[in-house]
Amino acid sequence: MSILIDKNTKVITQGITGATGKFHTQGALEYGTQMVGGVTPGKGGTQIDFELDNGSKVSLPVFNTVQDAVKETGATVSVIYVPPAFAADSIMEAVDADMDLVICITEGIPVLDMVKVKRYMEGKKSVLVGPNCPGVITPGECKIGIMPGYIHTPGHVGVVSRSGTLTYEAVHQLTTRNIGQSSAVGIGGDPVKGMEFIDVLKRFNEDPDTYAVIMIGEIGGTAEEEAAEWIKANMTKPVVGFIGGQTAPPGKRMGHAGAIISGGKGTAAEKIATMERCGIQVAPTPSDMGATLVRVLEEQGLLEKCLTK
Amino acid sequence: MNIHEYQGKEVLRQYGVAVPVGKVAFTPEEAVAAAKEIGTAVSVVKAQIHAGGRGKAGGVKIAKNVDEVRTYAEELLGKVLVTHQTGPEGKEVKRLLIEQGCDIKKEYYVGIVVDRATGCVVMMASEEGGTEIEEVAEKTPEKIFKEIIDPAVGLLPFQATRLAYAINIPNELVRKAAKFMISLYTAFVDKDCSIAEINPLVVTGDGDVMALDAKLNFDSNALYRHNDILELRDLDEEDEKEIEASKFDLSYIALDGNIGCMVNGAGLAMATMDIIKHYGGDPANFLDVGGGATTEKVTEAFKIILSDAKVKGIFVNIFGGIMRCDVIANGVVEAAKQVSLDKPLVVRLEGTNVELGKQILNESGLNIVSADSMSDGAQKIVSLVK
Repeated sequence: MSILIDKNTKVITQGITGATGKFHTQGALEYGTQMVGGVTPGKGGTQIDFELDNGSKVSLPVFNTVQDAVKETGATVSVIYVPPAFAADSIMEAVDADMDLVICITEGIPVLDMVKVKRYMEGKKSVLVGPNCPGVITPGECKIGIMPGYIHTPGHVGVVSRSGTLTYEAVHQLTTRNIGQSSAVGIGGDPVKGMEFIDVLKRFNEDPDTYAVIMIGEIGGTAEEEAAEWIKANMTKPVVGFIGGQTAPPGKRMGHAGAIISGGKGTAAEKIATMERCGIQVAPTPSDMGATLVRVLEEQGLLEKCLTK
Repeated sequence: MNIHEYQGKEVLRQYGVAVPVGKVAFTPEEAVAAAKEIGTAVSVVKAQIHAGGRGKAGGVKIAKNVDEVRTYAEELLGKVLVTHQTGPEGKEVKRLLIEQGCDIKKEYYVGIVVDRATGCVVMMASEEGGTEIEEVAEKTPEKIFKEIIDPAVGLLPFQATRLAYAINIPNELVRKAAKFMISLYTAFVDKDCSIAEINPLVVTGDGDVMALDAKLNFDSNALYRHNDILELRDLDEEDEKEIEASKFDLSYIALDGNIGCMVNGAGLAMATMDIIKHYGGDPANFLDVGGGATTEKVTEAFKIILSDAKVKGIFVNIFGGIMRCDVIANGVVEAAKQVSLDKPLVVRLEGTNVELGKQILNESGLNIVSADSMSDGAQKIVSLVK
């Protein structure tokens, strides 16, 4: 088991003929993801060919619209690599086509475009992950996004994070300690986005195969505090955390559009204090995320169950 | 992106938001000419820098005649203003706004932001104009009123009116205030603002409702569709190194420490600063080189880091992921040679071909210390710069 995606998930790529879309579709195919097609307006009716490392060849159909792609392939998930000026429209197109899950990797979408997208999604079936995120992976089954697949290993720890590279860092620390992951979800670094921490935590809580969770936050906003309160009230599984940006100066945007301390709000200290008050052990440094989780698993008698060997 | 007050008011004027009559001046002569053209008995001379708190720092002067306009203009131009937002080094005044004097009856606050929690644009208003809204939020939160705006229909007249009543705008001016708010919202959305702050909004003796100050920030992700706003960028107001970095698609922010950092990914870059601090060091900067750490990008990153005289050593922390470590290692070695790096360099690489990458670093003949983990690297660089 896992959350959001598994080995049966059928995926299309929006922007499949662009350099980025093509590169990461190839990566997904190498990993074993069931890529079934792609969308590039104007290239409908053509095929796009991939030659995998193992020598096999894959040819995927390209469609003009998401609607066509869904009708022909039965895909339920779409991943978006289109440039920022067109990405909001692409998300809404996927939502209109009733995809179960839309994952938007694109960085740099104007925030007011995302405000419209959120409004458009109200009452619709689709769930959105991102934008400005690494994507979602269920190790050994399905990789959708730009994360390096080989650092992951199947297992029972869920990972949710606002930062791509910090997710890799956490996953790597787990894998080298023989602790596998059920799914890893990068929710992205933008201020207005799809799934928030709580949406992902709910799914991990309900997933029988996830035994514990690592939650990685950063400065800006109050999503970590809200998640911590939710965890305290609802979560039946241990959660450990980390917050990036403890040394970040106020008023400066630290790379991510959403990583900014404004009006004295959104500091790491505030987030860490709330998380600790809610029973979440917070790793003191990014190097300690894995070790902190191992300690908590030991305390709860879950370590044996989480080890892959 | 930030712009100056006078530019912000110009943008607002295009949308029918009431602002005082005013003109920018770069010299005392221009200031005098502007005051004569405006023609009011009293005029205001306002220093234009990208920071709040100008009034308290002596950057706003009331001139009772044209001679006083000249005196104040001469005094302010070239002066370094230190406000709570400039840092101790302050900012030099190079532009002035000369504005008509206003007969202020009462000051209010109106602001617009994008609210993360609701994913909507929110307008905030308060009767406590002139003070910082953070201060009001802390001391008297009940005096801040909010309207969440549905992007499908925009700020509705009833919402604007409700806000105007809530902050006790005089009855006969509520309609004017509501119109002001709706125009402000239209400007915010049309120009992709990230913040619009009118502090204070004033009611005048003549029965006008207008923006006495205006702070507009713009979403940098949306500037591609606003060339007119892009033209308002004032490079004098930005950190030179940050401008240089942005040319190469590097995200750089100067800090006060002595350990230069070069990292891929914003989250990891922040965490790298944190871990340096954790081991007793002080980061000199935030620097995200992005996904592809090519030789060219790494070289530029090194140049920018080294242009900071405080830097005594560099910590490179790359989680390669899809990038191969040998490629990154070659990039780092090449870049270190190009800039003739003579300061300690600690490199932590993780990802595909990590062993090969370390070998390249070790065999480069350069004084590069390779690290096994983030904490190992942080401890090494901290001890090397001591």
